[in-house]
Amino acid sequence: MSHVREQPDQVPVPGQTVGPFYGYALPVAGGEQLVPATHPGAVRLHGTVTDGEGTPVPDSLLEIWQADADGSLPRAEGSLRRGYPFTGFGRAATDGGGSYEFTTVVPGAEPGRAPFVAMTVFARGLLNRLFTRVYLPVDDAALREDPFLAGVPQERRHTLVATADEHGYRFDLRLQGDDETVFLTFPRHEA
Amino acid sequence: MSTTPPTATQADVDAEISAASAAYDAELRAGTAPRTQPRLDYAPYRSSRLRHPTKDLHHADPESIELVAPVFGHRDVAVDEADLTIQDGGEPIGERMVVAGRVVDADGRPVRRQLVEIWQANAAGRYVHKGDQHPAPIDPHFTGVGRCLTDDDGGYRFTTIKPGPYPWRNHHNAWRPAHIHFSVFGSEFTQRMVTQVYFPGDPLLALDPIYQSIVDPRARERLVAAYDHDLTTHEWATGYRWDIVLTGSHATPMEQEDDA
Ligand SMILES: [Fe+2]
Repeated sequence: MSHVREQPDQVPVPGQTVGPFYGYALPVAGGEQLVPATHPGAVRLHGTVTDGEGTPVPDSLLEIWQADADGSLPRAEGSLRRGYPFTGFGRAATDGGGSYEFTTVVPGAEPGRAPFVAMTVFARGLLNRLFTRVYLPVDDAALREDPFLAGVPQERRHTLVATADEHGYRFDLRLQGDDETVFLTFPRHEA
Repeated sequence: MSTTPPTATQADVDAEISAASAAYDAELRAGTAPRTQPRLDYAPYRSSRLRHPTKDLHHADPESIELVAPVFGHRDVAVDEADLTIQDGGEPIGERMVVAGRVVDADGRPVRRQLVEIWQANAAGRYVHKGDQHPAPIDPHFTGVGRCLTDDDGGYRFTTIKPGPYPWRNHHNAWRPAHIHFSVFGSEFTQRMVTQVYFPGDPLLALDPIYQSIVDPRARERLVAAYDHDLTTHEWATGYRWDIVLTGSHATPMEQEDDA
């Protein structure tokens, strides 16, 4: 009975820009810390958001969503009021220099896939959210063999792969331009 | 940040909006399917110029993590966060209003026990945000921030104050129509969305580049709440209904049932 569609084929509502004034509403204390910095295996995932002229974007908001280190899908609440069961979700606003930072763990990967963190991008001036993936360079063979990455044009693939640095991983987002980040559309999304 | 004063007038922007609208009509006549989402590259909204991707979005099949969504619960959201009129030790000024509706996916399935967040200007058109320079009064009893979890039918309900329109610097004498920002999660991460809801009859809608970036008239009307006298309460608050349809999920109905 629950298989009956109640109101079939409804059209999704349009998105709109997050605007300039989300800063006192959406970011929450600890939102960018999926694990405490002292957590075993804690890594920093950080980078800068830039526009089509390479200017940092100080008014953007990033969300990440990821599996736990063992690959399990998080089902715990507490992303808005951290108590540190691993919720898998984080939210960080960019600072005045367009930089963001999360503290998290490297997610486990599905067999035959490279591990990635799902990311959503919001900004003033960006009329709808953008989806992307942050692939982590922990296993070169997995990156080479990942079927999704293999389908991304070779010259753009690097925009989806973070680079390791002394603190963890760096992932820069370029909203526009020659080295524009690959953004994603999923089946059932519409123009 | 540019310090150049905006020189375009509302008439200039109106002409650009009309041109974009005419180009869309031509697209439709050429047989293109109606658009349901805003254009990302929409010149009348000046800040979009350098902040929209120029390359096509890359088609991806969602993987396991993208087929589920973060879980929020009563640890995250207190029940009284859905009432923006009782938050700061006194009553805010303005038209008390209920905004309610359902969050469903494109197949009409309710999005249950999921997070809805809102933020808005006060009745005078002023945000609490430190970056808001509009010389209108801050209401000491109104933050304009609310949250709730949907119920088992996907229902949400906020009690708030009707927001005022406010000026912005897109062009000379630019004003945003009254709106409430909404942030919504679905049952999958692919359904994540942020939008704005507007109010019927607002004369600023026709002039607003952000609203008009949704070039399809029927699509943009989906962001206008409906006055609903059944939501209006006797001697207390006016009521507006706005149902939120998210994109379709990728789960089969059977999987959804197993999950329930
Ligand atoms: Fe706003």
